[in-house]
Amino acid sequence: MTGPIPPDQRSTAEPPGLPGFHAWRGVYLFVFGWFVLVVVLLAVFGRIFS
Amino acid sequence: MNIADWLVFLGTLGGIAAYGSWRTRQIRSLNTYLKGRRSTGWGTIGLSVMATQASAITFLSIPGQGFESGIGFVQNYFGLPLALIIVSGVFLPMYRRFGVFTAYEFLGRRFDWKTRLLGAGLFLLQRGFSAGITIYAPAIILSTMLGWRLDLIIVFIGFLVIVYTVTGGSEAVSLTQKWQFGVIFVGMVAAFIVLLAELPVGVGFDDALHIAGALGKLQAVDTSIDPSRRYTLWTGLLGGLFLALSYFGTDQSQVQRYLGGDSLRESRLGLMFNALLKIPMQFLILLLGALLFVFYQFERPPLFFNQPEWQRHAQGPAGDAFSTLEQRYVVAVGDSEKAIRVWIQTRTSQDSAMEPIARTTMLEANRETAAIRSEAKAALLAVDPRAKTKDSDYVFITFILAKLPHGLIGLLIAVIFAAALNSLAAELNALSTTTTIDFWRYLHPLAAADEVRNVRVARWFTALWGFAGIAFALLAGFAENLIEAVNIVGSIFYGVVLGIFLVAFFLRRVGGSAVFFAAVAAQSLVITMFLSLNIGYLWYNLIGCAACIAFSMLLQTVLGPCAPADPGCAA
Repeated sequence: MTGPIPPDQRSTAEPPGLPGFHAWRGVYLFVFGWFVLVVVLLAVFGRIFS
Repeated sequence: MNIADWLVFLGTLGGIAAYGSWRTRQIRSLNTYLKGRRSTGWGTIGLSVMATQASAITFLSIPGQGFESGIGFVQNYFGLPLALIIVSGVFLPMYRRFGVFTAYEFLGRRFDWKTRLLGAGLFLLQRGFSAGITIYAPAIILSTMLGWRLDLIIVFIGFLVIVYTVTGGSEAVSLTQKWQFGVIFVGMVAAFIVLLAELPVGVGFDDALHIAGALGKLQAVDTSIDPSRRYTLWTGLLGGLFLALSYFGTDQSQVQRYLGGDSLRESRLGLMFNALLKIPMQFLILLLGALLFVFYQFERPPLFFNQPEWQRHAQGPAGDAFSTLEQRYVVAVGDSEKAIRVWIQTRTSQDSAMEPIARTTMLEANRETAAIRSEAKAALLAVDPRAKTKDSDYVFITFILAKLPHGLIGLLIAVIFAAALNSLAAELNALSTTTTIDFWRYLHPLAAADEVRNVRVARWFTALWGFAGIAFALLAGFAENLIEAVNIVGSIFYGVVLGIFLVAFFLRRVGGSAVFFAAVAAQSLVITMFLSLNIGYLWYNLIGCAACIAFSMLLQTVLGPCAPADPGCAA
């Protein structure tokens, strides 16, 4: 059961195919930036209404 | 519930289950049965991942959490987007590259058969128990509040899931999850709108937010480093990352959701969809709870939200004490409402001299109502030490039954059932897949080419795990502490499993024998610590993972570099 399996060649380099994003690194940076923005907005939300 | 509610409830759940079974009735290929159709897009994958994580208890407990403790619980999800980026960038490409059905099959490719069986066995043990709890936890709440028979609810949920999951496998799970999540979305939005409409005249959305904030319900981010605080930015980032990485990266019930689809791109986009939306979604559910808290400042809430439990004891010998508490509560809630209205007035009129005084009065009045609620819980425990004093799970369902119009009540009950079905279907699908691929096919290698037989076996295992889940849920009623036991069992095993996967991905010089014996040693260490020490069981996640990684490196050093010919060595 441990014999090698032919790798799925398509898996190695598939671009995200999203406007403005040529590589997945850009998508991940965008998601990370969104996450930071959400945390900041939540902190501001708590500050405004406390 | 009246006839309109029953029609909406049964029509929604029955319709989706029938649709899922009918659309997937002709599946004959094992690949489609276990992974879904190749044409599955990122939207379906994303919703499926989201629906699998959001169980019924999410929609019952989290508004209650917002009501009781505010929205700070949202920090628990802060590690999730980071974990999903790691899963998308590291775990997922490896799974797809090897074309595996299960995460544990990957361990077999990377290491050897014994490590694969160890990972799969630990998953079956832990997820098999929690399938029963997925049915039991919402069933007990609905049974208490609606007066329905607990065993009938459990059997209804279990059989409905078994029907379409056995018929259509992973394809049916994803398809029904998409529609059920649509129902959940519509139901929650409707509840939100009704809640806002039910706020008293003169109290708008902005006022409600200010009241919730002033009463300490809207502190979303806590940067305190006090270790005694349960939810802070740091516990969310560190603990949340660790837990989410274990869950999304190594738990087959999630791995199976994103392994479907035609390409790596669709799976990755499905994960990123969750990374973007999960925190805002949890925030809105918690905010619903915080607004419920405001709503109940103007409409007298029950002293204890689990009313059947309260009434059961209030009619007993301690009834007078209960009655006195209720009378005090009525007065305290009235005082609190007056104090809030005065504070709103001073805030609206920008009376800077009176506003701080009014705020202090409001906070004191609120503390008084909270103190009487605590006294009520203590009184319950005094007459019955086994009484269930956690009533926050009953807050949202109390509001649904009391305030929503007929038809919408049926829809919201359908929402809770739909969420239970979503999670349970994914669990049964994952349990069946792991049993079929990692155990049955391993023991019957000659049967691997017989697609029809493989699908038939996978269907049988789905049904068997479904019946096991129903049986466990029925037995859980006789042993309440099983729920905590399941959480403890999960924490004992989760860390070691994550440790094995992290070694597989990041320590390429470590071979199969080293990681297997390291995992066994780490697991023994965790179990020994659990039996001999008294520390919070969540720590065992971290300890198990760290011990597995450290022992693997140590053992590989002792054994010497693994030879390239060793199938467990990823040179």
